[in-house]
Amino acid sequence: MRYGEILTAGVLALFSIYLMVKSAELPIGFIRGQGPGGGAWPFWLSGIMLICCAMIALNWWRRTSPPSQSDEPFFDNHGWRTIGLVGGGLIAFIGLIEIISMYGAIAVFLFYYLWFLGRHSLALSLILSLATPLLFFFFFEGLMRITMPTGMSFTDPVFDFLYDIIY
Amino acid sequence: MEILGLLGDGMLIALQPLNLLLIFVGVTVGLFIGAMPGLGSVNGVAILLPITFLVPPSGAIIFLAAIYYGAMYGGAISSVTLGIPGASTAVATTFDGRPLAMKGRASLALVTAAIASFIGGSVANIIFTGFAPVLASVALSFGPPEIFALMLLAFATFVGLGGEDIPKTVLSICLGLVLGAIGFDQISGAPRLVLFDINAFLQGIGFLVLAIGVYGIGEMLWTIEQTRGEVENNTPKMTARGMMSDAGEAIREGWKGTAIGSFLGFFVGILPAAGATPASLMSYGVAKMTSRKPEQFGRGSVDGIAAPEAANNSASTGSMLPMLTLGIPGSPTTAILLGGMVIWGLVPGPRLFVDESEFVWGLIGSFYISNMAALFINLAFIPVFIWMLRMPFTILAPMIFVLSIVGGYAATRDMFDIWLILFFGFGALVLRRLDYPLAPAVLAIVLGPIAEPTLRQSLLLSSGDPMIFFNRPVAGPITIIAIILILLPALKLFRRKKPTTAVGE
Repeated sequence: MRYGEILTAGVLALFSIYLMVKSAELPIGFIRGQGPGGGAWPFWLSGIMLICCAMIALNWWRRTSPPSQSDEPFFDNHGWRTIGLVGGGLIAFIGLIEIISMYGAIAVFLFYYLWFLGRHSLALSLILSLATPLLFFFFFEGLMRITMPTGMSFTDPVFDFLYDIIY
Repeated sequence: MEILGLLGDGMLIALQPLNLLLIFVGVTVGLFIGAMPGLGSVNGVAILLPITFLVPPSGAIIFLAAIYYGAMYGGAISSVTLGIPGASTAVATTFDGRPLAMKGRASLALVTAAIASFIGGSVANIIFTGFAPVLASVALSFGPPEIFALMLLAFATFVGLGGEDIPKTVLSICLGLVLGAIGFDQISGAPRLVLFDINAFLQGIGFLVLAIGVYGIGEMLWTIEQTRGEVENNTPKMTARGMMSDAGEAIREGWKGTAIGSFLGFFVGILPAAGATPASLMSYGVAKMTSRKPEQFGRGSVDGIAAPEAANNSASTGSMLPMLTLGIPGSPTTAILLGGMVIWGLVPGPRLFVDESEFVWGLIGSFYISNMAALFINLAFIPVFIWMLRMPFTILAPMIFVLSIVGGYAATRDMFDIWLILFFGFGALVLRRLDYPLAPAVLAIVLGPIAEPTLRQSLLLSSGDPMIFFNRPVAGPITIIAIILILLPALKLFRRKKPTTAVGE
């Protein structure tokens, strides 16, 4: 945890510097007749962020903040594995949206989570994985008129059928 | 007495069978739209606007106002049950609503939200009825310096909300403000902070993207990591007696927050640039500052739910005031309502109360009826929401992930934002592990886009003289109070006292 604290402060400090440089693409001072330049607000705020990072580093060195005093690992093996399985599932979910549509990706993700991670029965996992995207389809597309990504062209027949129902 | 007579006539119009039906349908639809992460009153009103052309103008505006009311009540539901603030107006409700739900007191949280919303709405309706023209002129006297002073006051309350580690709290606020500045410079129109030259950043980072990332994805990852995915379900069954007992507790424990939210919410709500979001945030901050038990805030304080919920309902009614009396919308939703009124051939402004008296008083009467209907419909649905919470965590967790992604997409219709939500979710997990308060960042990204333009407009007005924030009769006292509140935590750095809890963490 102690190393996590200083590493994160370092990354945030670098990000603050990057934001300051990026903000300086617009004027950061006061322009007569126009007020503060367009980059002033983010530039000075990023500057304050940098100062805060320095103070966090100082607290880390003085071991005054709880994470800087902690010897426990950032995540233990089980924690990394859990985050990997759930986080990996989420990445795959979002990656699949533009391939098999939002609704298809919901079905796959729910089935993965319920059956593989949640250890629910196959029947329950299948029912929830199929019913939820259908419910969402009729709510968003039918009631709210909000169109979700339909994925690649091979999903068209399914959506043609569903759109025939609501339109 | 004349006002009471007009209000009585207005209520009779609102109680006509068609209008009453529209109120009940509108409130129910609004409740469910508001409860869905990513959708708020603005979506409901915008989507259902075309339907209103099927009924007379008075019925149409009553229907839309009922949706608005219902959505304001509904915003608390996703904040409490899922931990995701569905709309910016419900951010502050998450801070205490979610912890209370995690303690198995979700019904108390939902009942508190419903009662506080009702009282907030009622207080606002009474003030609206009695003082509409006077308050409209007060709202009009608020220029950029006054609005910025108000934003400064809101930020000042955030510093106190962050907790013990001041550098991390200030960093969190600044990060939220900078993220809110991404996209275009609002004054010059020049592209600004297009990170890593990715064009998708030109559209900026919306509040919901950060909020869903932090509270939807990040919160769930945190819970799964901390509990090893074995969350104990301690939500009790809902009974009528339990709800009555919760209602009593909500009134006893939350009266102060409700009072603060009701009055402060209305006042902030009538200001054209402010609206329900700053109102709820400021009310939360003030409720914490004036509380005898400030350490309870962020851990499931009833006052912490009552204050923002009373405020966002009160502000919703308040934001109708400049719309009707001056033709100035106080929020995106009232902007759509204004558009609807113009389409129906009504001209909002001072003459509306004279020329279309029946319409105006029918609408005001419907506020009272909608508020009452929203309370009963909301209370009736609480057992359904509680039932949802009683689902096994291994079903609830993937549902929340799916709602976060779908809700995020519904709000922005951009896949880039969905990846950003995921990035913020993982970032929130790391930062939370290291005791960074994340609530101030979410609050800052909401208020930053209001604060920056008003600061720059004020400095333009004064040719760069910052004294404009001190020497105006309204802006001056607010600025001074805000500065005092900002300096208090700074003093805490040097005189460390007993630790306080970070809000929403």
